[in-house]
Amino acid sequence: MNNHKAAIATGEVIADNSVPSRRAFLASSVAGVVSAWLACDWPAIAAAGAHAQQAAKQSAEAGRPVAFAVFTDAQAAELDAMVSQIIPTDETPGAHEAGIVYFIDRSVATFASSSRTLYMQGLEQLQAKTLEMFPSDSKFSALNSAQQIRLLTAIETTPFFKTVRDHAVIGMFASPQHGGNYRKAGWKLIGFEDTLNFKPPFGYYDAASQ
Amino acid sequence: MRRFTPNTEVDFVVIGSGAGGAVMAKELAAAGFSVVVLEQGGWGAYGHEQDYIKDELLHMYSQDPVNRLMSDPNRQRNTFRRNDKEKAVPGTHSYGCVVGGGTVTYGASSWRHLPYEFKEATHEGTLAGSGLADWPITYEELEPYYTKAEWEIGISGQRVNSPLFSPMSKDYPVPPLPQKSSGALFRNAAAKLGLTVVPNVAAIVTRPYRGRPACVNCGMCGGYGCHVKAKSSSAVTLLPAAVATGRCEIRVLSYAREISLGGDGKASGAVYFDAQNREIFQKAKAVVLCANGTETPRLLLLSKSKSFPDGLANSSGLVGKYLMSGNACTASGLFDQPLEEYKGAVTGAAILDFVPSDPKRGFYGGGRMTARGQESPIQYALQGPHSAPSWGAGYKTALKKQANRKLTITSFITQLPLETNRVDLDPDVKDAWGLPAMRLTTTSHPNDFKSMEFFRQKSLEILNAAGAISVWADPVADSTGGAHSRGTCRMGNDPQTSVVNRFHRAHDVPNLFIVDGSSFVTGGRNHPTMTISALAFRAADHLVRAARSGTLTARR
Repeated sequence: MNNHKAAIATGEVIADNSVPSRRAFLASSVAGVVSAWLACDWPAIAAAGAHAQQAAKQSAEAGRPVAFAVFTDAQAAELDAMVSQIIPTDETPGAHEAGIVYFIDRSVATFASSSRTLYMQGLEQLQAKTLEMFPSDSKFSALNSAQQIRLLTAIETTPFFKTVRDHAVIGMFASPQHGGNYRKAGWKLIGFEDTLNFKPPFGYYDAASQ
Repeated sequence: MRRFTPNTEVDFVVIGSGAGGAVMAKELAAAGFSVVVLEQGGWGAYGHEQDYIKDELLHMYSQDPVNRLMSDPNRQRNTFRRNDKEKAVPGTHSYGCVVGGGTVTYGASSWRHLPYEFKEATHEGTLAGSGLADWPITYEELEPYYTKAEWEIGISGQRVNSPLFSPMSKDYPVPPLPQKSSGALFRNAAAKLGLTVVPNVAAIVTRPYRGRPACVNCGMCGGYGCHVKAKSSSAVTLLPAAVATGRCEIRVLSYAREISLGGDGKASGAVYFDAQNREIFQKAKAVVLCANGTETPRLLLLSKSKSFPDGLANSSGLVGKYLMSGNACTASGLFDQPLEEYKGAVTGAAILDFVPSDPKRGFYGGGRMTARGQESPIQYALQGPHSAPSWGAGYKTALKKQANRKLTITSFITQLPLETNRVDLDPDVKDAWGLPAMRLTTTSHPNDFKSMEFFRQKSLEILNAAGAISVWADPVADSTGGAHSRGTCRMGNDPQTSVVNRFHRAHDVPNLFIVDGSSFVTGGRNHPTMTISALAFRAADHLVRAARSGTLTARR
């Protein structure tokens, strides 16, 4: 869990004294994830975002998925089932409603293309693991929720799972222009107000002290 | 912007445009001298028509060297080891790398040093095994330049009459930032524990100031460039003023690889790689090196010659040594109501009681505790809620429940200068330009671990007193580099025990001046920027007078 700590710079770089977590970070596959994302270039993200946003919008309007750029419909369904367990739907929208699969598809098609092989091989491994653990099913998405969770728990330390987890989280909380976080589902979940102009008091305690 | 051809011998070439270089460029150009600033980074957003992007994904993952704001350890490669016995491994050291340097992205804390921070050896003794020494200048000598820096740059804060606060001859130009909920919780705890809380001192203007608007509390501050220009970075304060003189060129994407030495033993200019990787020599009458506490010594070590086989200005052998990369300590607590720390600047309040070293604690050291908790959405969610699963229903529930409820105390702590801690050239690894990579070797003095542990315990005590429902702190850890690096070309009166004199002139090279964190003799409380700015104003003042009187290149 704390492996992710160092994945994102905290902004003000004071002095990096986070040795244990940084070591853990470097040792983990998160390094691979992040470096893959780091390999991307700036205009490509912006362009990909516009595509993804359009795709999500079309999909929502049509009530069905639009064409994927990287994944087949079947692969997308597997991936969707997977991210739906990572950030599940309860009384609030989860990864499914937030369009994370579109975010990942567009990302892998463009600025995160270095993750493509990992996804393709990972989806094959997912199918193999499904057959191994639940011989009567060949699709992860056909399993019931408890079975899906059991399977994902069994693979949660693999580079594939960690990549999907991080990409799902990034898609859920990145600006909706990148194709995920549809209707700001992620931001609403954590009470993040999408504006760049705030007036104090900001929170409960500074308001209470006035 | 005025442009010079490299063959034109300008009065000064300034290497680096951060807290030190920007002051030098502006003061020298304003005094009538021609100046070329070599900056290895790009313009950031200020050179374009768009503002800084406030999109976390775009911002955090942007690798484009023209738009990125921090150096890239894959290009500005560096290696790290704890001691000489280890083989250095690829490092993560990074620093501001854009027009304005670290002042573009920093959290903008702008604390002065306290008077005793210039005389630590006098107060503390030399401490066995350490390089603790007094500075060759006093607080009183620097005070007018602190004031000048605060007004020229635009600093918000509140003067406090207390021995815990530096004496000031003039108030801050604008009032302090909002205290935020983290500051309110600090005050609650301080009331119970009898501690002193003051507003943060920051290079962020809270009222319109010299043509720039007040901070809008957007919250995407530390790590970001300011889209309204309320953060008083060099890029929106001193550098535009330097350029406006018509005598200063800022030359971007210019990666310095050598300070050249003429046959007369004086610096003749600098060689750099331009954006097309061409090597270009910029001629200058004098060189002002302001590349930061790690790149400055590296550039000197790279500048070998017959007279300086161990690196330019290094007859003392101390270039790169006494590195203080900065010790800190963090602890966090969760509260039952939302703090909304993602709004506003990084920190609004500090506890000062433990700034002085206190012999009663049984060790040397002090620090400034700051209240914070700012996290952007991706950053928060990737790291994940405290003590919760990293995915699934438990993750989502905890993510929602803990959102905006965290107070983090970050303490900025003393670090003893040790000769064994240093920057040198890696014998094997090369940077993206084919030059020997920077190698950092650093292990803090045992005393410093006691300091960090003291602050760790104090932080937990304060979080509990503030009413946290759960608290935690990682074990204390030694630093591994970072943008606060200091001490590597220390200032002193004796050429055998220091690299620059009290006016930042290299003892060995009469027309070479070194003005950045590397001049620090001791590190203060790890809040270096304002002192770098003040030192630069003082150095510039001296340099202008020397240049006007024709003694610029005279040996002492």
